[in-house]
Amino acid sequence: MSEELKILEDVTRQEYAYGFTTDIESEKAPKGLNEDIVRLISSKKDEPEWLLNWRLRAFRQFKKMKEPKWPNVHYPPIDLQDISYYAAPKKKPKLNSLDEVDPELLKTFDKLGIPIEEQKMLSGVAVDVVWDSTSVVTTFKEKLKEMGVIFMSFGEAIHEHPDLIKKWLGKTIPYNDNYYAALNSAVFSDGSFVYIPKGVRCPMELSTYFRINESNTGQFERTLIVAEEGSYVSYLEGCTAPQRDENQLHAAVVELVAMDDAEIKYSTVQNWFPGDENGNGGIYNFVTKRGNCRGRNSKISWTQVETGSAITWKYPSVYLTGDNSVGEFYSVALTNNYQQADTGTKMVHIGKNTKSTIISKGISAGKSQNSYRGLVKIGKKATNARNFSQCDSLLLGDKCGAHTFPYIEVSHPSGTVEHEATTSKIGEDQIFYCQQRGIDEEKAIGLIVNGFSREVLNKLPMEFAVEAQKLLAISLEGSVG
Amino acid sequence: MLEINNLHVSIEDKKILNGINLVVNPGEVHAIMGPNGSGKSTLASVLAGREEYEVTEGTVTFDGEDLLELSPEERAWAGIFLAFQYPVEIPGISTVQFLKNAIGSIREARGLDNLSAREFLKLMREKAKLVEIDPKLIQERAVNEGFSGGEKKRNEIFQMAMLEPKLALLDETDSGLDIDALKIVSNGVNKLKGPENGVIVVTHYQRLLDYIVPDYVHVLYNGRIVKSGPRGLALELEEKGYDWIKAEVEAAAV
Repeated sequence: MSEELKILEDVTRQEYAYGFTTDIESEKAPKGLNEDIVRLISSKKDEPEWLLNWRLRAFRQFKKMKEPKWPNVHYPPIDLQDISYYAAPKKKPKLNSLDEVDPELLKTFDKLGIPIEEQKMLSGVAVDVVWDSTSVVTTFKEKLKEMGVIFMSFGEAIHEHPDLIKKWLGKTIPYNDNYYAALNSAVFSDGSFVYIPKGVRCPMELSTYFRINESNTGQFERTLIVAEEGSYVSYLEGCTAPQRDENQLHAAVVELVAMDDAEIKYSTVQNWFPGDENGNGGIYNFVTKRGNCRGRNSKISWTQVETGSAITWKYPSVYLTGDNSVGEFYSVALTNNYQQADTGTKMVHIGKNTKSTIISKGISAGKSQNSYRGLVKIGKKATNARNFSQCDSLLLGDKCGAHTFPYIEVSHPSGTVEHEATTSKIGEDQIFYCQQRGIDEEKAIGLIVNGFSREVLNKLPMEFAVEAQKLLAISLEGSVG
Repeated sequence: MLEINNLHVSIEDKKILNGINLVVNPGEVHAIMGPNGSGKSTLASVLAGREEYEVTEGTVTFDGEDLLELSPEERAWAGIFLAFQYPVEIPGISTVQFLKNAIGSIREARGLDNLSAREFLKLMREKAKLVEIDPKLIQERAVNEGFSGGEKKRNEIFQMAMLEPKLALLDETDSGLDIDALKIVSNGVNKLKGPENGVIVVTHYQRLLDYIVPDYVHVLYNGRIVKSGPRGLALELEEKGYDWIKAEVEAAAV
């Protein structure tokens, strides 16, 4: 093995040193998946009958469906009967101060630049009363309320805004859309609901972080965002802080709807436990995300930075239904050790003069496999539709893989589709150049990877971008601390 | 400051340097000249710590420390700078961001506080002016990406100016430069010269030495310094080419 490869291998053989698991008492449903469980979940959440029936329809549909085998990922069969589908909202363990938190975790927080108060929240330390009652969160919630913005857990929204939920649930992603979406529809636990009324520009970035006191709903999460005419919202999902979960299978659904002149910007940083350096454990993340630009001149952008999970299967898509609507997908997917990612997007042009942009940056290290899979479809009525796609892959070492699967279907002669793709390797020359300037190997790799991801990182809200940048570097570090 | 003693270097079992001896004192400029393939660039690379070269014999000390024991970044922290013959591109990172990282790392290693944003900016403006580099090139463009040959070399000298090394190694900095660029680059090097720091200029042609005037000229051939002399030696080489040196060496070997 050449010296270069050895360096890369050393640097990329990283352990997920910040994992922390806690045993928390929770009220759990027995393992297994059947109609009774679906009914149990619905009744525990005190749901109206229409929703139970919707879940049951989804479940019956699900039973007829088969697990998709087309993604370029490999894993042992998942025994869906061996999973518990309901646990009462988990309480985070209450600690009295940061001194009680795992110092390794705190180190990681520091590296990510997470403020102290936020560190406390994330690690379950009781937050100062002052902070909790007067400052950010409260002011934030009041301000939103004033403007008519609804931002609450899915569970609450079902009771407080049943009409909106009934109107929009499953409209963008029908319960029979795919295997995992059907499963989610049947057993979803909780999630977020956002509604931006007509003409309102949401004045701050909405982040699940502000709902941190709510239950931990990672496993079968469901998010629904509706932006009425002329409104705007920027939504942040996830967290750069490392997240571990006892549930291996995650199947979330995210639905977005943008009406005339509305804009939704949805940013994700995903850092679920990726498994250890030998590929043991790790989250399976099978997500269905789709936005519908229903209105004229509407716009939906997805920006994602994916560094976690053992297996990622995720294609945030935009249906460009309204004339002149715009869809964007900006993605950085980093895989290390034995991680596998099959991620990309679908841009479906239905309306006239619709425009879409895809910028995908895949970074593979260790023995990981990283695939981009994207569909650009221009429908029969989509006059003058335009798409630009750029897919770049960066390889660290010679044991990882980068794959690109672009699909293009054009049914209107006026459509313009451009696709550019590059694959490059971090070279010994680049690393040596950095080292000669005093930057050590690990930092050099972080710097090069961040440079490679620049176009996407620039699309993230500022604070998030800074953290994401550090996260990319940390995900490739030989060891933390 | 720098002492090279009987340095032997191989790459993949091929011997390239066969016993180099060289002493560089503060304030001195040394030119290393020689025909293609004589080992000039290898010498610069080995001093900077490039890992594919294997040192089979000899020692190198820098300020009394064993240089060969240090990693490339440790050498940079100690004050060694290499202006690359083929500067590398780093997409997505501007030279300014790159140097912020470099200066931050070096200062941290030396136990100094990092420069404030303001101090950094001031230093950057000052040095950009010194080496006459377009600020757009270093602020808005990625490191060396799409730069012309001359712009890349100028960027190397700009980085050198920013890092203020104790020992600068210029590896064929003149190659690919037209005469105007050559003057600007040389001018930059001259302004940075001082009684405290040394410079090693590696070059094939003497013309660079019209602008960066060396105190000593060494001729490298077959991995050895076969002739050393004052500046006049470079002029002699220019006039006569390298053949007479080769002939001398071969005659001596018989």
